[in-house]
Amino acid sequence: MVKQTARNQFPGQQAIEKKGWWLAHKWLILRRMVQLGILALFLAGPLLDVWIVKGNLASSLTLEFLPLSDPYVMLQGLMSGHFPTTEGLIGVAIVLLFYALVGGRVYCSWVCPVNIVTDAAAWFRRKLGIKVSSQFSRSTRYWLLGLTLILPLITSAIVWELFNPVSLMFRGIIFGIGWAWMVILAIFAFDVFVSQRGWCGHLCPVGAFYSLLGHKSIVRVSAQKREQCDDCNDCFVVCPEPKVIRPALKGADKGISPLIDEANCTNCGRCIDVCDEDVFNFSSRFKD
Amino acid sequence: MSDKQKRGLSVESEGKQAGKSKLSRRKFMGDTLKTACGTALLGLGMGTYSRQASSFPAWTIRPPGALPEDEFSGACIRCGLCVRDCPYDMLRLAELGEQVALGTPYFVAREKPCEMCEDIPCAAACPTNALSHELKNIDDARMGLAVLIDQEECIAFQGLRCEVCYNVCPLEGEAITIEMQPNRRSGKHALFIPVVHSDACTGCGKCEKACILEEAAIKVLPTHLAKGLLGKHYRLGWKQKEKAGHSLVTPDIKHRYNLPEGVRYDYNKGGLELPPEAKLERDSPFSSNPLESLKKLQNQESK
Ligand code: SF4
Ligand code: SF4
Ligand code: SF4
Ligand code: SF4
Repeated sequence: MVKQTARNQFPGQQAIEKKGWWLAHKWLILRRMVQLGILALFLAGPLLDVWIVKGNLASSLTLEFLPLSDPYVMLQGLMSGHFPTTEGLIGVAIVLLFYALVGGRVYCSWVCPVNIVTDAAAWFRRKLGIKVSSQFSRSTRYWLLGLTLILPLITSAIVWELFNPVSLMFRGIIFGIGWAWMVILAIFAFDVFVSQRGWCGHLCPVGAFYSLLGHKSIVRVSAQKREQCDDCNDCFVVCPEPKVIRPALKGADKGISPLIDEANCTNCGRCIDVCDEDVFNFSSRFKD
Repeated sequence: MSDKQKRGLSVESEGKQAGKSKLSRRKFMGDTLKTACGTALLGLGMGTYSRQASSFPAWTIRPPGALPEDEFSGACIRCGLCVRDCPYDMLRLAELGEQVALGTPYFVAREKPCEMCEDIPCAAACPTNALSHELKNIDDARMGLAVLIDQEECIAFQGLRCEVCYNVCPLEGEAITIEMQPNRRSGKHALFIPVVHSDACTGCGKCEKACILEEAAIKVLPTHLAKGLLGKHYRLGWKQKEKAGHSLVTPDIKHRYNLPEGVRYDYNKGGLELPPEAKLERDSPFSSNPLESLKKLQNQESK
């Protein structure tokens, strides 16, 4: 038991020993590079006067030519009774298509800046060995998603965008943060001290929206070599949505495919990183 | 749930399994209800807050083409593309803690007014039409309305020549004109008063920015604050007359004065008009010799 606790505090230790630090953090580093790279692209304009991308995640224009728009925010606008421009709609279509193919919650693990905060909180929580966590349902986020779509219908204003920590943080970094850093701090503290993976794993309606969007996506992580699993538990510890792993990893005798075919898998690839037995890999829906 | 209740439940139910599922169903229903109530409460809070947050402060101005405020808050997705495409960099997105609805674009005239670009790049960049693409001519923009709000401090009202607001106005002579009024202080000069006309003012704020006072006397206000509205039932007689080409009421009968015989009154011809004899007499109602007047008085008294 003691040993198990120690392991859970330092998941991936064996993988580091076996594969080396870089390989044991490969996807994590790639993800951080993408997340920060996106921010950097948006920041290059105002800071360095290099205008590659303008706007923010809600809507942007790349190289004066490629429009991208957040379908979730646009949907809120639609619910409030307002119809966007054609360019806005094209932007939405491109983004919808992209996430429908690569996995909706790829938004969470590869784009959303809050993910860096909540991952850090989860890491911190492990290091501090905090076990208490207030329990509430992971489906709360779908309730909130519903709420954020009904509110504009009632008030004819995009209410959620007055609160949404995701746009608050991203826009804040690019256009001026104001008091928004307090919100980010609050989410960090909430995840560390109140509820494990509380925000991204239970509450965030943005993540909930994208999970629905990409639940039949092509790119999927697969526990292809699940027979090699030595039950070290590391993947469960690092996974932001641990529930999604079990069926694929342990369902061999029930005839469940090794494909992690769950809307809430964020395709973050951390399970691939920390597994010293190389059980997981990126795969596609059509492979198995 | 207490143990007793739990036991009671499982006794009630037929088998152990059924009891369990009933329990978990109860728990599920309870949890769902809790979440639902929590969500509803949260929604109430967020909705109420959004109502307050959407009151747009009077010292801030939306970019050209912005929909009316209540529509704008349902249209703008706070992407900042308008901010980025403004070549004068005078728009900004509201940060958390500011009084403007979070993330929406605005500007403050006294800091940086709108330069009224001919191609309106801010509106063209907007992916949602929150800044309407229907605005084709920047002169048709109505971002607000300039009001010469402090007629005590404005130095034009002191009789000094300023007219800076008039001169910087991109629609000089249309949106602002200079109207002369008598200067009652000096008794012989004129006041050169800037007057804003709502049919031309775009609310760009250049006048407010340029006002030479420490605190601008002319300010761009949201149109609904700046404008009054005449009751719909009001009819202005002279306009109706103009429209109809003739008076719509029975014409006034010529006024007649009750005057002594031979006396006439004509305002345009210098007032009272006396008969010629009286005129002669009254050429000098008083004698040049004061003694004669005294005599007249004595005569009257002795009678
Ligand atoms: S759940 Fe929400 S906050 Fe977390 S990574 Fe996804 S979008 Fe971002
Ligand atoms: S019209 Fe020009 S100066 Fe005015 S807000 Fe738009 S882009 Fe900026
Ligand atoms: S471009 Fe349009 S949607 Fe984007 S911030 Fe400006 S007004 Fe809002
Ligand atoms: S705001 Fe001032 S400067 Fe601009 S159009 Fe109106 S009167 Fe002219």
